[in-house]
Amino acid sequence: MADTLHSWNPTVATTAARPASKLLKFLRRRSAIAFVMCLPLMTVIGGLVIYPAFYSIYLSMLNKSQTRFIGLSNFTYLLSRDVFWMVVEQSAIFALTAVFFKALIGLVTAHLINNLPVKGQRKWRGMLLVPWVIPLALSTLGWWWMFDPTHSALNWIINLFGGDEIAWLSNPYWARFSVILVNVWYGAPFFLIMYLAALKSVPEQLYEAAAIDGASAWQKFVHITLPMMRNIIAITILFSLIVTFANFDIVQIMTAGGPRNMTHVFATYSFLTGIRSGDLPLGSAVSLFMLPILAVSAIFILRGVRKRGREIG
Amino acid sequence: MNSRITRRKLLKNSALATTAVLTMPYVHGAYAAGSLALGVWDHWVPGANNALTKLVTEWGEKNKVEIKIDYITSQGEKDKLTAAAEAQAGTGHDIMSHRDWNIQIHQRVLEPLDDVANSLIKQYGPISPVAEYLGKIKGTWRGIPTAVGSQVKPTCSRIDLYKEHAGIDVVDMFPADESKWDKAKTDTWTWDTYLESAQKLHKAGFPVGLPMGQTSDAVDWVGAFFKSYGVVMIDEKDNIKINSDETRQALEYLKKLMAVNPPEVFAWDDAGNNRWLISGKGSSIMNPPSAWAVAKRDNPKVAEQCWTHPMPKGPKGRFVGQLPQFYGVWSFSKNKSAAKELLLHISQKESIAQLVEASVGYDLPSFKSMYDLPTWKTVAPPVGTVYGYPPRGDEQTSMFGAPARAEIGAQMYNQAINTVMVSKFCQGNEKLDEVIKWAEKELEGTLRT
Repeated sequence: MADTLHSWNPTVATTAARPASKLLKFLRRRSAIAFVMCLPLMTVIGGLVIYPAFYSIYLSMLNKSQTRFIGLSNFTYLLSRDVFWMVVEQSAIFALTAVFFKALIGLVTAHLINNLPVKGQRKWRGMLLVPWVIPLALSTLGWWWMFDPTHSALNWIINLFGGDEIAWLSNPYWARFSVILVNVWYGAPFFLIMYLAALKSVPEQLYEAAAIDGASAWQKFVHITLPMMRNIIAITILFSLIVTFANFDIVQIMTAGGPRNMTHVFATYSFLTGIRSGDLPLGSAVSLFMLPILAVSAIFILRGVRKRGREIG
Repeated sequence: MNSRITRRKLLKNSALATTAVLTMPYVHGAYAAGSLALGVWDHWVPGANNALTKLVTEWGEKNKVEIKIDYITSQGEKDKLTAAAEAQAGTGHDIMSHRDWNIQIHQRVLEPLDDVANSLIKQYGPISPVAEYLGKIKGTWRGIPTAVGSQVKPTCSRIDLYKEHAGIDVVDMFPADESKWDKAKTDTWTWDTYLESAQKLHKAGFPVGLPMGQTSDAVDWVGAFFKSYGVVMIDEKDNIKINSDETRQALEYLKKLMAVNPPEVFAWDDAGNNRWLISGKGSSIMNPPSAWAVAKRDNPKVAEQCWTHPMPKGPKGRFVGQLPQFYGVWSFSKNKSAAKELLLHISQKESIAQLVEASVGYDLPSFKSMYDLPTWKTVAPPVGTVYGYPPRGDEQTSMFGAPARAEIGAQMYNQAINTVMVSKFCQGNEKLDEVIKWAEKELEGTLRT
């Protein structure tokens, strides 16, 4: 009996060791370790991004009560609505204007800070980043109070100087201006920090050589700074375009799409149709309209970045 | 004895049994047990949640049911988002609060509650037509109207300003005792009188404040106003009726009325009119007594001069916008019988009286027979200030979207087609015919299946 037991032990040990060594061997491979390390992130992305995205596509092809497959009817319906085209126009105005001004302000302030003495730079950098650090919902609420239709703090100041009150949120055009302004205020620091990092990476020797050749500040900017920053400018613009197009908080808190639907963007209109009106398939279709617009701009911008990368390489 | 069951016999007996079950009154289960999770609207009145918690936990202890209550805010539509998520996931609370159109929206996953609703109707008489329109879908009650958070939006006027600048004594017209209402006087409270007084008050520097944004306060008062002018957007048979003389007449009237409102009303959210009244600048709003309740805390001098009373009368009657809330039982609930028992318990008049008292008269039951609760008569200052809050006299309730089918009405309401029309005409100065044409096209869109 004892012999049998003895004779069993080595066998058990060998069979157990074989998969263990296989596992160790597998884990020793760098790609395997990388895969295992990425697995939690992949699971999160799969569960919270990929699955909802496909579910949203599926939802957008159902009828209002989600009982029947209707193909692309939700999309064709939207294309026949005046309000939807107004939302498309407004989203484009909102995103393009806001991104342009964010990039412009970011570029100018990055240059200003870059030209400050190193000691003062940190202080300014910290202060200018504040809008980006405060939770957006909170800061937008603060702006809403300043623009409040009845008790606007800004109007109070304008009155102090003898000016006429501005209908910040009740006039549709001023309301559009206000939501863009808040978006620029919030997003410009992101551009600032990215551009500042890009400016720091431009080799000083290039400027020195240009100075010897008698180049003016403008010529240095156009012929050295801009070409060296082109990739980072393209990527920040793409990133910001995606985020701005999909913006929800600012418009929802400040105007909820009004007056007269004239400040709705894709996300707020999707919320109105999907959640408030209870038509989830139509709401999904509205939000999916962003996809081709952003995909096309991403392809163009990233192609430019790759091309320049190859040229530099 | 021939005991053979034929097909004909089986069908006949099944039909009889089904009829018997359907017509059976709701019979209390001898013993409910297990647990119940409630996701209910978070009341803005301090202490009002406690009254509901007390009612529910007392019932739970008595019936050996473990109770869990989550109060979910309606800020940012969080309650609606939660309901939508639970309906999609098929799991969550057992009982859920549903505001405005949510019963219609989630009808497929809501348990029929005919037994509970019919039992209450038998006890307390007719239910508000608006509650029936929103809670009874295709002949089946899918939600039980609750007093909690349910409201109407009548006129709340400043007694002093109306007396001084418009020569109207609103307390004398609508005293805190319906038996003393004089028809000759109440009949003078019309939309024409309202316009005339609004013009005088505007001139005196105290304009009325009627919201014209795209949120419920605006949609509700404009809906009630349209109804009093006989404006129908879409009828019960899906016919678009907006292109009518009634619509033209109503819009022409509103052009004059909006001209004497502050210009910012087009951007007001649901708190805009409250702030307007509380600030002391406003002479009249159309709202539940929440504005008065906040004024009591923040500006008592204004609160002392507030008087809630019926809406003005139009050519087709006197209407007030109603926005009831419901409790629904998810079809995936594990304890439906206990949920129904609980709903029946908290819908009893004694329970409602506690809820109304705790909300200082804000919560409004859907049964007219409950409008004699003492809270509305005793709340002060001034005593009886919210007596006219529940619809009394010839005032009827209205819901913008009705009489169209509820799924169509929900879209008209949530897209605020009525206030956008008014804004286009009064603020955007678009031509009347163009505005009507725009509305027709939008209404066509709501008919999509």
